[in-house]
Amino acid sequence: MLSKKQARAFFLGGTLVTFLIFIGLTVYSLSEGQDQSNEENLTAKVVRGKEIWESNNCMGCHTILGEGAYYAPELTKVVDRLNLKYDGNGEEVIKSILMSEGPWQPNGRKMVAYNMTEAEATDVVEFFKWIGKIDLNGFGEVVGVDRKISPLSKSNNNN
Amino acid sequence: MKYKSQKVAYWFFALSMLLLVLQITYGFIMGFARIGFDNLHEFIPFNTARAVHTNLLVVWLLSGFMGAAYYIIPEESQRELVNVKLAYVQLISLALVGVAAVVGYHFNIWEGRKFLEIPRGLDYLVVVNVLLFLGLILLTLFKGKRQTTTSLVLSMGLLFAALLYLPGMLPFDSQVTDSFFRWWVVHLWVEGVWELIMGGILSFLLIKLTGVDREVIEKWLYVIVGLTFLSGVLGTGHHYYYIGVNKIWLIVGGIFSALEPLAFLAMALFAVNMYRKGEKKHPNKLALYWTLGAAIVSFVGAGLLGFAHTLPQTNLYTHGTLVTAMHGHLAFWGAYAMIVLAIISYALPNMTGRKLYESTRGRMAYWLSNIGMIGMTVAFGVAGVAQVYLERKFGMEFMQVQKEIEIHFVVLVLCASIFTTGIVLYIIDFYKHGTPTDEALELKE
Repeated sequence: MLSKKQARAFFLGGTLVTFLIFIGLTVYSLSEGQDQSNEENLTAKVVRGKEIWESNNCMGCHTILGEGAYYAPELTKVVDRLNLKYDGNGEEVIKSILMSEGPWQPNGRKMVAYNMTEAEATDVVEFFKWIGKIDLNGFGEVVGVDRKISPLSKSNNNN
Repeated sequence: MKYKSQKVAYWFFALSMLLLVLQITYGFIMGFARIGFDNLHEFIPFNTARAVHTNLLVVWLLSGFMGAAYYIIPEESQRELVNVKLAYVQLISLALVGVAAVVGYHFNIWEGRKFLEIPRGLDYLVVVNVLLFLGLILLTLFKGKRQTTTSLVLSMGLLFAALLYLPGMLPFDSQVTDSFFRWWVVHLWVEGVWELIMGGILSFLLIKLTGVDREVIEKWLYVIVGLTFLSGVLGTGHHYYYIGVNKIWLIVGGIFSALEPLAFLAMALFAVNMYRKGEKKHPNKLALYWTLGAAIVSFVGAGLLGFAHTLPQTNLYTHGTLVTAMHGHLAFWGAYAMIVLAIISYALPNMTGRKLYESTRGRMAYWLSNIGMIGMTVAFGVAGVAQVYLERKFGMEFMQVQKEIEIHFVVLVLCASIFTTGIVLYIIDFYKHGTPTDEALELKE
């Protein structure tokens, strides 16, 4: 029967081993050759866009890369999606939403009126464009305009 | 209660109760907004309500954990807390930092990173506060007459929780790396070191309530926290599937997070078996309900419902939907909220000398809150699954889908009302116990 000493060894040993593997995998997946995020296109505008995104807690309603709250649309592929919907004017539509002075109620749910400047709104759009080009291991297709229908759903695949 | 300084725990528990009420209030604001009653939008938009709701959850649980530590560590180490005044200073500063953060959220002052919204300036104050807390706890532990496994595991959990707060403060330009290290805090807290804290509290309660030999309980405690880390650390990978990092996480995260329910299963079996084995029948049945409840509900909420969407093939479609909210609610309730309510139920009569063990109110609080929370979980689940099919599989627009699933939020609000009734009864019970007194010292438990 397991003794207390053995149980402790299992706990400490298991923790140490898995943690070391975790660190190793972290270093590997963040190493330069493994980049999937088009980091070379991370311009000053994109970084400013991210700061605006964070300082207004956009994640408190929206999701991006599937992360955030679930009250407002997923924005990973928002530029593509609105381009399709508004004949290539997606970027302009996003900017007009962000620059709106009055209360804004897109599709029946209220969004805070942020009253951004044109430059700020452009930065946020640049951020969205950068996000939209990240290789998300298949998730991009699920939330993008060219939605992949479930492989389990045969009838939909035949359409 | 064996030591006078254990009384400080009461005020941490009281702060917990207050913040829990506020957390629920903001939950209702969101629930109503989802069914179209967003009249408070001007003052409390959804993103404010959401940040307040999740941050208050973290703060009331931390306050509960701290109270638990202030109660457990002196008793386990067999000595008074090294400095009671500083413990009160720590309590007040914790409350002030929490209030400042929450007020700031109403004025667009935050960092806007899910769960870690606290602005950078306050982050440093959190660090100072936690260092003070850890100093008091660890000094008491090491100056004490004995260092038990229970107190070591609990303290280790608290220490690692503090250390793991730091990666969340690293600045990154890339959303991908930012998100990557944010999970070091959030995941490794709730599916790692917080489980050490939970395990420590659970072990203390089982020793006290069942009378089973400490050596037996503490041996299994090691096995359980061992299983937790073995699966939980690499299980972090399930947050990395679809955020723009290497595919290797699909395999590693998939395998190890599929093992995560085992740790919770072990914990549930452990608690139930110790209860069965125990010959001592402690009169505080309510504390026993909450203790066993925590072990069982955490297995369902964190273990099973987590597993329901943790495989990469499933998560591809459920990632970023209400399915996550389903799992999140029952997991936090079972694993952390219930264990805090368990230690409060156990400690309160000992600190105040009022043994309100057999109150109908206490039992109603237990059943109503649990039934309400299960109802809420089901409502989130149905809404989430519907969302996955309509939005992700049939390609309907987000808002169209939201209109379709609105009815489930009516059910959610109804179930939340049952849940809240339970919590209100619990708090009335808390109030009826009165404040702690030295007269309760050395009362036979």
